[in-house]
Amino acid sequence: MSAAEEIVAEGQAVEAVPKRAMTLGTGTSLVLLAVLLLVPLLVKNFIIFQMTMLLIYGIAVLALNILTGGSGQFSLGQSAFYAIGAYTSAILMEHFDVNYALTLPIAGILCFAVGFLFGQPALRLSGVYLALATFALATAMPQLLKLGFFEKWTGGVQGLVVTKPEAPEAVQSMLTWFQLKMSQDMWLYYFTLVVTVAIYISSVNLLRSRSGRAFMAIRDNEIAASAMGVDVALYKTLAFGVSAGITGVAGGLGAIAVQFVAPDSYTITLAIALFLGMVVGGVGWLPGSIVGSAFIIFVPNLAESISKGLSGAVFGVLLFLVIFLVPHGARQVAMVSQQLIAKLKQR
Amino acid sequence: MELFTNQILAGISTGAIYACMALALVMIYQAIDHLNFAQGEMAMFSTFISWQLMQWGVPYWVAFVITLAFSFIAGIAIERILFKPLAKAPILTNVAGFIALYSIINSCAGLIWDFTIKQYPTPFGSSPFLGSQLISTHQAGMIGITLLMLLGLFYFFRYTRIGLAMRAAASVPESARLVGINTSWMIALGWGMAAAIGSVAGMMIAPVVFLEPNMMLGVLIYGFAAAVLGGLTSPFGAVIGGFLVGTFENLVGTYIPGVGNELKLPIALALIITVLVVKPAGLFGRPIVKRV
Amino acid sequence: MLLERLCTIVLAAVALAFASPPSFAQKKYDTGASNSEIKIGNIMPYSGPASAYGVIGKTEQAYFNKINAEGGINGRKIRFLSYDDAYSPPKAVEQARRLVESDEVLLLFNPLGTPSNTAIQKYLNGNKVPQLFVATGATKWNDPKDFPWTMGWQPSYQSEAHIYAKFLLKEKPDARIGVLYQNDDFGKDYLKGLRDALGPRSSMIAAEESYETSEPSIDGHIVKLKASGADVFISITTPKFAAQAIKKLAEIDWHPMHILSNVSASVGGVMGPAGFENSQGILSAAYAKDGADPQWDNDPGMKKFYAFLRQYYPDGNRLDGSVVYGYGAAQTMVQVLMQCGDDLTRANVMKQAASLKDFAPDTLLPGITINTSATDFAPIKQLQMMRFKGEKWQLFGDIISGAMSN
Repeated sequence: MSAAEEIVAEGQAVEAVPKRAMTLGTGTSLVLLAVLLLVPLLVKNFIIFQMTMLLIYGIAVLALNILTGGSGQFSLGQSAFYAIGAYTSAILMEHFDVNYALTLPIAGILCFAVGFLFGQPALRLSGVYLALATFALATAMPQLLKLGFFEKWTGGVQGLVVTKPEAPEAVQSMLTWFQLKMSQDMWLYYFTLVVTVAIYISSVNLLRSRSGRAFMAIRDNEIAASAMGVDVALYKTLAFGVSAGITGVAGGLGAIAVQFVAPDSYTITLAIALFLGMVVGGVGWLPGSIVGSAFIIFVPNLAESISKGLSGAVFGVLLFLVIFLVPHGARQVAMVSQQLIAKLKQR
Repeated sequence: MELFTNQILAGISTGAIYACMALALVMIYQAIDHLNFAQGEMAMFSTFISWQLMQWGVPYWVAFVITLAFSFIAGIAIERILFKPLAKAPILTNVAGFIALYSIINSCAGLIWDFTIKQYPTPFGSSPFLGSQLISTHQAGMIGITLLMLLGLFYFFRYTRIGLAMRAAASVPESARLVGINTSWMIALGWGMAAAIGSVAGMMIAPVVFLEPNMMLGVLIYGFAAAVLGGLTSPFGAVIGGFLVGTFENLVGTYIPGVGNELKLPIALALIITVLVVKPAGLFGRPIVKRV
Repeated sequence: MLLERLCTIVLAAVALAFASPPSFAQKKYDTGASNSEIKIGNIMPYSGPASAYGVIGKTEQAYFNKINAEGGINGRKIRFLSYDDAYSPPKAVEQARRLVESDEVLLLFNPLGTPSNTAIQKYLNGNKVPQLFVATGATKWNDPKDFPWTMGWQPSYQSEAHIYAKFLLKEKPDARIGVLYQNDDFGKDYLKGLRDALGPRSSMIAAEESYETSEPSIDGHIVKLKASGADVFISITTPKFAAQAIKKLAEIDWHPMHILSNVSASVGGVMGPAGFENSQGILSAAYAKDGADPQWDNDPGMKKFYAFLRQYYPDGNRLDGSVVYGYGAAQTMVQVLMQCGDDLTRANVMKQAASLKDFAPDTLLPGITINTSATDFAPIKQLQMMRFKGEKWQLFGDIISGAMSN
């Protein structure tokens, strides 16, 4: 056999999500938002902390959804961008006394640039080869962070401790008026929630815009898209950039929430976890990001409570269960329930 | 100059480890067009099985053959039970399945055999090879076995009907089915063979790196890199890739001042990516032509 | 008249009742302690790259089971809650918060890993929760002034390195040293200790090679170190890599003076797999007895340890240094809690932890004891050097104190 031919019409690596199914219905969205707004008022600080992490990883998974689900580029390297965002925030806050909120856009822009640059050589790679390249980036990142050259800023292997922000004066005084006090955790949670909602809405708009359509054209059939006049190179690198930027913001928030950055926090394990989050949530389905995020945070805890010695095995089994029952992730669950509700309404 | 030669030789002997692993990865790629993350763990588990057999008194080569057979059957079983149901699922879901498999095997091995390192015997002995202190007889033996497997695979894919059927099933499944090839069983066969090759890799690698549940993680990364560098469609490329990665990494560590030592892996990977950008199908891979 | 008398008597009785002290001590509890139980939190890497150390947590659980079976501590049972952090600092933070805020433990005992402990240190100190006997040898845990709620346990890496440096300055002052170290906090801390102790003679270090735990084999580094002409090889490695180094050294026929970090000086875990014949003459230092060493078979302390394994932790591998470690640390914890008596406030726990005088767990070498004070948060400071001969370690020299203050 000479050159191996791939008949692309057979089926693409990443399948398309129909546009109207891309987001939740307005009703469901509002209910979800209400839940996210009100629950922290009722629970302990620890649960609020977990919810904050839920949102943060949700943002990171969403970024991956844009990249893989949106533009069809496979990435196992998101942990690298997350790390860059985290360290940017930490270094700016601890060494340069920058206000924490300001570090987020800086982290985002920096990661966008890095992602965009990384997207260039990645242009010529696809599928397994792109996976390896991103995998390489993810494995390289902890080692780069440990490099003696940067130790003065990064703290080397010891990492950096980050100070947790308090709610701003204005908000505090407003609340004392109502005789309420807002803990640091609660403030950080609401701050993260605002950022999350903003990113979610912008991402949905991005995917519905012309650029989004370009992404999806590239995902579905790159050669056809190119033939139709889509600037494949530009949009592919743009997708990488946007995805990296959003992941960087998540990383920055993560650094603030955990109050600590270290090379060991950002290994390939994180990249794999984000990937799993995307699959479980439903590739390309943005609302699924939060389901995926919940999976990667809570299921390992669940596995551990079932069996400490075999927690990895239990996790694997649970993961298999999920992908057997719903190979298309949470999106499938949502679609099925939508259909059920529609049928019930008809009666 | 002596350091240079020494590092090259050391690189070749480490490279033999990567080449071994890369062969298994190429095998699975030939069968299913994807890389299986759990390949390393399956190899590790097989190696533990052979170790356990030897603990129970079974002589080396008998244990070797039993493990080979066990791995082959286990590979087929895993495919039939866990991955056949996912055949219609998206590829990314399958990759999630590989990750789940990795987690399960690693955890079970840790529970059954714990995490202390175990010495693993080699049939080739550990004395210096041909008097050279840099390659031991074991490492020479490992290179030999790798080359043997390579020849075997080459012969299998080129000259046997099943080999041809397998290649057809992997790259043009529709057409393969039309000529009567049972593509589903070809995939299972591919898994079985990959598992068997992986187990040989594990049994060759363990004497050098010591047997423990996490022994394959590093090897998998490098094996992955080697396979991709050499070209995923070429077993020959995988082996060459392995040697290249091993040597190159050693040279980087030795000669690039300052950061070279701390960034061995990233630089090695960066160079592989550069090669891929120039030759997207790897050094010896066949270029893929896409028809729209 | 009678009424007056009665009143006086009643008043006197009441006065007496208030004036005399109670016949038994007041019981004082913080969250996590009660009349019936003491809740202890712990974080271990049960999964992930460092899962080999998970046995420490399992050993400690078994030890606390034993204590409970024997009646508990002053009548209270220990509830040991141990969670997995997969060696990831963000997860460690989550687990620490879960233990403190959700499970409401009294204290955190023996959390493992420098990154994880660094991540939770500020939180625990801020919430005044004891972070006791952390399972890492990083030197920075002995800092009562800045972190009064954090205390280490094992001898710090730097203090061990000091001992080796002093040994070399005395025995081999013209040595050319080649160092192989793991590129993380463990390796770097050791290296710093080495450099600091060699002081102006730190040029004795001819070559330094760092390796990552993701590398399958460190053979290339050994070749490079041999080529540097070093005649002393210091191996700052974890067990797997230590064994690889020993083996490679033999294979390339290089026989420098070989100094091995205590972390990997395990007969069953390293020397055995690497080959006894290859390990002759290796030097190290120890503070605990080795479960694989037959010279301790009749030692009373070790006999108790082996009996414990048989009854409460039959799956435990006595050859594994981590198991011995877990036993010793748990024993120290029990001692502290016993000393607390009925005052189980967090402040008192720290106070008692800082008042250990010549306490000797069953598993420490004869002559090595635990001592702490309000300004000294390093429980074990002493080490004794040893040389590998035949199939076991032979201790030599005096017990050296590698005492370091922060």
